[in-house]
Amino acid sequence: MSEFLEMKGYGIYVWPAYVIALGALWLNVWIARRQLRTARAEARRRLAMLEQNP
Amino acid sequence: MNWTWLHRFGSPPYFYRFAGRWAPWFLGISIVLLLAGLYGGLVMAPVDYYQSEVYRIIYVHVPSAYLALMSYTWMALAAAIGLIWRIKVCHAIAAGCAPAGASFTAVSLITGMIWGEPTWGTWWIWDPRLVSQLFVLFFFLGYMALRSSIEDRDRADRASAVLAIVGLVNVPIVHYSVDWWNSLHQAPTLMRSDGPSMPMAMLWPLLVMIGAYTFYFVAIMLMRARAEVLRRERGGTWLREELARAA
Repeated sequence: MSEFLEMKGYGIYVWPAYVIALGALWLNVWIARRQLRTARAEARRRLAMLEQNP
Repeated sequence: MNWTWLHRFGSPPYFYRFAGRWAPWFLGISIVLLLAGLYGGLVMAPVDYYQSEVYRIIYVHVPSAYLALMSYTWMALAAAIGLIWRIKVCHAIAAGCAPAGASFTAVSLITGMIWGEPTWGTWWIWDPRLVSQLFVLFFFLGYMALRSSIEDRDRADRASAVLAIVGLVNVPIVHYSVDWWNSLHQAPTLMRSDGPSMPMAMLWPLLVMIGAYTFYFVAIMLMRARAEVLRRERGGTWLREELARAA
């Protein structure tokens, strides 16, 4: 296992590259989902306002 | 040929529902492919004779760079269609491509730097491939900045679409930079006239990762475009129905 993590001494290059790439994949999903939630909440507010003063 | 099926995508309710139905599937398939690609790339692929283990960065570096150029191309095409035929959903799709594209352009540059240090002996060099890819990042950032700086949505759509189309010139320059100029960056491994120059054991995880990134891109683009469609909607019964269902 530790041999795998060491990557013949290149672990300090390989793993940060993977962490950055996978982190970016995760972050994009997280932000996209949050944006969708926010957009839904805003649309609800807009509709409620339209109902109050049409 | 009957094009009515295509026209339906121009309608915000149709697109919103379609995207909501398909985005989870695209994301799910991309996760399955990603796990397979990571296992293949990190565990099953053999060690490289010249670069030892460090070459494994290729399995995140190349798919990121590919996703960057693919999302730029789709962004510019969607923006162009939106500009020419005045289809608002297309501008929402173009806007949905930009953030993922920008972040993976950055990831391709950063993972390239991490790869460059042990193999080239430098983090950064003002090389045609690296500089043209940096320009892709600037075009993405410029596109997003321009959109957010213009209050009126239609004007923001039009101005940012022009910028996106202008920047499309840069995409083939990135791809061919390693052939046209003397570059430290290696020539293409996959898209060569004589076929991929990689043994199958190393190649398949890369192709699986590229597949994973493709499905991932579509999922993110659909999710972002949905949010953008919602932001543009000013009422309407379909919206009321959708929001009631989502609650």
